[in-house]
Amino acid sequence: MPADTTATPPTTGAPARDAEPTATGGARLRAVLGRWEALLIGLLVLTAVFGQGISSEFLTGDSFTTGSLDLSEVALMALALTLVIVAAEIDLSVASVLALSSALMAELWNGGMPLELIMPICLAAGAACGAFNGLLVTRFGLPSLAVTIGTLALFRGLALVVIGDESVTDFPANYTDLAFGNFAGTFVPNTMVLFAILAVAFGVLLHATPFGRSIYAIGANEEAAYFTGLRVKRVKLILFTLSGLVAALAGIVITLRNSTAAANVGQGFELTAITAVLLGGVSIFGGRGTIAGVILALLLLGGIQKALLLSQSISSYWIQIVTGALLVGSVLGPNIARRVSEARRRGTSHTPEEGSTT
Amino acid sequence: MKSARPSALRLLLAALALVAALAFSACGSTKDDESSSSASSNTSSSSNEANPDAEIKQGLKTVSIPKQLGNPYEEFEHSGVDEALKELGGSNSIKGPTDASASSQISIINAAVQQKPDAIIIAGNDPDAVAPALKQAAQRGVKVVGMDSDVAADARSVFVNQVTTQLVGENQVESIGKQIGYKGDIAILSATANATNQNAWIKVMKETLKKPKYKDMKLVKVAYGDDDDQKSFQEMQGLIQAYPNLKGVISPTTVGVAAAARYLSKSPQKGKVKLTGLGFPNQMRKFVKDGTVDEFQLWVPKDVGYLAGQAAAALASGRITGKEGEKFEAGRLGEYTIGADGEIVLGPLTTFSADNIDDFDF
Repeated sequence: MPADTTATPPTTGAPARDAEPTATGGARLRAVLGRWEALLIGLLVLTAVFGQGISSEFLTGDSFTTGSLDLSEVALMALALTLVIVAAEIDLSVASVLALSSALMAELWNGGMPLELIMPICLAAGAACGAFNGLLVTRFGLPSLAVTIGTLALFRGLALVVIGDESVTDFPANYTDLAFGNFAGTFVPNTMVLFAILAVAFGVLLHATPFGRSIYAIGANEEAAYFTGLRVKRVKLILFTLSGLVAALAGIVITLRNSTAAANVGQGFELTAITAVLLGGVSIFGGRGTIAGVILALLLLGGIQKALLLSQSISSYWIQIVTGALLVGSVLGPNIARRVSEARRRGTSHTPEEGSTT
Repeated sequence: MKSARPSALRLLLAALALVAALAFSACGSTKDDESSSSASSNTSSSSNEANPDAEIKQGLKTVSIPKQLGNPYEEFEHSGVDEALKELGGSNSIKGPTDASASSQISIINAAVQQKPDAIIIAGNDPDAVAPALKQAAQRGVKVVGMDSDVAADARSVFVNQVTTQLVGENQVESIGKQIGYKGDIAILSATANATNQNAWIKVMKETLKKPKYKDMKLVKVAYGDDDDQKSFQEMQGLIQAYPNLKGVISPTTVGVAAAARYLSKSPQKGKVKLTGLGFPNQMRKFVKDGTVDEFQLWVPKDVGYLAGQAAAALASGRITGKEGEKFEAGRLGEYTIGADGEIVLGPLTTFSADNIDDFDF
């Protein structure tokens, strides 16, 4: 990657220069973005009030501990997925990579390998899965939606082949305690410390490096990015590989956290992760979104899940319903907002006099 | 990009402020939890000995956690917990995951513990994965009762087992023996050849057949219908054709026994070859009514839940602690004794025949 950036210095400047003519558009977008994240904070406050109304146990350290622990893996996967979606691609196979990593971990552990050696192998396998997705997308020009639907089934199937219908549970307690426990006597789970470290890393990568800027450029307009000299395929391949790598890490985390490996682990996690990313204000069409927004969205999702779980009367089905509704809403919301603003812009440009007289 | 950074920073700060606010509110309640959990651990240490004469506490609150919502069998089972708690002046709420996974159950357990119930009754999706969460529950003074499918033994006080392997084997052999006058050839129609529970049952059946009472009965074949309706149907057909002297068939699987009954009901052997097995009354009702099947067996899921609810109430009231040999009164089911490893066995299989089948709807 460093070779990439130093070898092509003009390209790093290019998207910025390119973006200049549309700076006003960018500012407007950013204003909308700002409003989106403000909206998320508003929703968070609303969830806090609503949750506290459901149960006085809602705003407690306990809720944060267990609620965030539940979302650990989804949160980790959402980070890498953010970069993929900003680049206008998608990776639906993350939960299956998680399962494959978990199954592999169990099988190697059963084979008597030390955990310290198993974990790098799992991470490498995850990265390989991601690279496989990336190669299919970039070298064969296939749409990532189709590719990763395929590998969603493929990797899950491989997990089943690896581990069968058994489940492995005898992982060493010092590791499982680490994955299940809290950080230094606080109510913050260790998994959230891991998440925080990765969130900073991905935040810096996306928002403060030339590589990050090239992701936005590719997501906003792939062709333009290509003609300004960005190595589009290479960037995408790296993003898919990262996504697989992080999914494998999530697989290790969930295996140790539950001290169980089974092939059906994490089914449907990809939808929650994508919901978090889109709800965080990342455009499904690529080109915009922030890690901060995704973190807010994860807080919101976790809060809503916890509130529904704490309710005596609301069935767990509602967690799925609300997650689904949020997914639709977060795609629909910005779309409607853009149409409204476009309509307004068109309206004002057509009738400037009228606008000034009224 | 530059202009984005200040606003992102501001948002992050806002998020941090919110987290901090959460943290502050948490600090207060963490202390709160500590005091309440230490109090409860005190009480539990002082009442470490079971007091069989202790009053059942009024207004007991329990949470029962099925493997998955929307499964009629489990709903029936957990309605038994409701019944027991209502009878004892308490209340139970059923909170289950929408998928039968351990991690969803962990979320439910954690949320349930926050509501500080007196007891949790759980049918585990995975014995070990849910154990840490259940142990945390126990540390906070919540009694844990396993039922139906056990969780790790150190993560619960007692486990209510619907039936033992031994009882299934013995009861099924007796059921078919009774019907054929303890004389003649019998066959078994099982599920898959490597189904652990089936094989354990069949092993007990073979041992039971060695007893003097069953000396005139001969097991001629174990067939495998793979828990597939069509395959079981064909295997039953094969058994009847291959063994003209066959007097009875045991099919200890709900799929197998229903398929076998369907074959028999249309066959000239109807009423001549006896069939028993483990079946659902709703699936078997018409075959009992039309005379194909005299009787079959199963446990009553609602009783499993009822016994678990009674055990939970006895635990929460200090009547039992989960030690082997302790006895407790379980309402309409009578007295039960806790066995090794905290296991409580509901009892022998319930036999369903034309006399009682209409009392059951599951």
